[in-house]
Amino acid sequence: MQRRQFNKALAAAGIVSLSSPLNMARAQAQKLRVGVILPRSGYLSFIGQSCQKGADLAPGVVKEMLGVEIELMNADFESNVDTARTRAERLIQEGANVLVGPFDSGAAAAIAQVAEQRGVPFVINIAAAPQITEQGYKFVFRNFQTAGDIVRNGLALIGDLLQATSTVPRSAVFMHVNDTFGQAMAKGIGAFMPKMTQLPFKLVDTISYDPAAKDLTVEVSKAKASNADFLLLVCRLNDAILLRREMVKQRWNPMGIVSPGSPGMYEEQYFKALGKLSENSISNVPWYNPNANLTKVVEKAFLKQNPKDRLVFHGLNVGFTFEALLIAADAFRRAKSTDPRTLADAIRQTSITDKMTLGGPIKFSEKGQVEGIGSACVQNRNLVPTVVLPATAATAKPIFPVPEYKKA
Amino acid sequence: MPPELVLNVVIAGVLTGLVYGLMALGLSVIFGVVRVVNFAHGEMMTIAMYAAAALFAALKLDPFLAVLPVAAAFFVLGYAMQAGLINPFITRPEHSQFMLLVAVAIILVNALLIVFGPDARNVQLDYQLESYELGKLLLDKARVYAAGLAVVAAVLLFLFFRFTLTGKAIRACADNYLGAKVVGLNVKRLYALTFGLGSACVAVAGCAMVLLVDVTPGLGPYYTLLAFVIVIVGGLGSMGGALLGGVLIGVSEAAAGLFIAPSAKSMFSFGLLILVLLLRPQGLLGKRA
Repeated sequence: MQRRQFNKALAAAGIVSLSSPLNMARAQAQKLRVGVILPRSGYLSFIGQSCQKGADLAPGVVKEMLGVEIELMNADFESNVDTARTRAERLIQEGANVLVGPFDSGAAAAIAQVAEQRGVPFVINIAAAPQITEQGYKFVFRNFQTAGDIVRNGLALIGDLLQATSTVPRSAVFMHVNDTFGQAMAKGIGAFMPKMTQLPFKLVDTISYDPAAKDLTVEVSKAKASNADFLLLVCRLNDAILLRREMVKQRWNPMGIVSPGSPGMYEEQYFKALGKLSENSISNVPWYNPNANLTKVVEKAFLKQNPKDRLVFHGLNVGFTFEALLIAADAFRRAKSTDPRTLADAIRQTSITDKMTLGGPIKFSEKGQVEGIGSACVQNRNLVPTVVLPATAATAKPIFPVPEYKKA
Repeated sequence: MPPELVLNVVIAGVLTGLVYGLMALGLSVIFGVVRVVNFAHGEMMTIAMYAAAALFAALKLDPFLAVLPVAAAFFVLGYAMQAGLINPFITRPEHSQFMLLVAVAIILVNALLIVFGPDARNVQLDYQLESYELGKLLLDKARVYAAGLAVVAAVLLFLFFRFTLTGKAIRACADNYLGAKVVGLNVKRLYALTFGLGSACVAVAGCAMVLLVDVTPGLGPYYTLLAFVIVIVGGLGSMGGALLGGVLIGVSEAAAGLFIAPSAKSMFSFGLLILVLLLRPQGLLGKRA
């Protein structure tokens, strides 16, 4: 062997010896490290903590279901988009194989950029802004409805609600949070309302407000002055509580409050903070199927970890967060590797039929989006979020118009 | 736009503004006398809100009744803070004072996070959901009470500075530090007393504010910034200016929400700040340096 050939062979051997231990380690990985990014503090904290319950129970349930070990690396993004970006960076640096989260469209968009740049799969639990899966990303996956889907399903359910209750409101005032999610929903409503000819009402005013608002006096005064028949609301949790209280103070009793698809009014904290005032608020949202086999398994684990809680108050958050982790674990089981590209390919091939949430099986489109997730009309009844539509999943009949708050 | 809608919104702005004003009054009094800018002001108000919420949770004590113990505790806290921590910094460069109080603010926020966690706390009383009806006007009861408390506290503070010997001595310190020392006033003790009074003001504002807003540790920096905007608009060091600034910010935010866009409320108060800085840098009731 000549000196030059020897040098080439040595260099090649060096490259192989440097890269192979890493590949071996990846190929033989026994555990999937999942970076879970949620807003456990800040104005989204209640929902972030609710989602965290779904993440916390996942390792045990997934181990039992799939025989796969997952290790959670939890990060709090403090309801701040910039913090979400830095937390994602740090989780990847610390060795997260997959990212899961974040219950917020703004944060999801920021984390998606990081995940794509670093080539680490990111499974979104809850976030609806359509643009997140419209960027041609290869490592970003979402098992949640887009704002367009939420609005379309939500408005269709309003039509069903009005039909079921034989009510014909002529006008609605639309109030929405002024953040990425709220704007996406507003855009969706603007696009779909004209097409939904079965809806008998018109929007007489649109009022946007700061999601971290501490006072909604002006907003509610304006809405009340519109004399609309009912309030169409896209909210978060804290603002929903603030808004409901302000409606009572200003003695505004419209036919009802209906969300075409947003968090807030079915959350446990909404009931705790408002008591009887929480009654009859309606949310048309992606929901969980209480009769599904997986729900029963998850509920058992949930009650074991949270003996004082009830799944019904966390069903949506726990359901979609758990499913995001299930998707990652299922892909890891099939891929038998933590190599990001292999893992992303495996996620793309996902087909999970035994699921907790309403709708068809979990299958990702080319864009990384799950299609066909179902919605339900959930009305607060006797201090519990109760499915009232569609009739096949309903456990009570809808009430609309709702009684005035004093009679509630 | 119906006139009653405009009037309702403006009155709500005035009432909230008075509570803001009381909060800023504490900052203004401390700066006016001690010449130290309290960057932990909002954080102190947040602690007062937590104290009122905790007293309500433990003893069902109405925040209006909690005013006395909370204000007394804050007076002692403020006195001790000035005497033990800030007095040594009085003669040091301004950036040292600035860093000291920013550090105090950060410690307070994190201490609140450790003790109470990130969750919002509130007080729930029946009258918080009630309103007074005057013709077509609806006045939120809690807001009316809170504003009334702010006015009473501000008047008492004004009377104290105007008619008591200690108040006059404090004003003498504010007017002429050297002169006050020459005539034998115990300036450091008076500074501590002033800081205690400013802190008590914040405590009263916190007890009133907890009736209107849920409290979280993250509120502190927001209120510090708000207090600065108010005292700069009203005039740093002017008691009347602080109250006027509070009302102006409250009303301008409400009017901006009504006439422009509710999500532009904060933008409008900062716009007002820039306008005042451009046209009257000393603030509306401030004295030219």
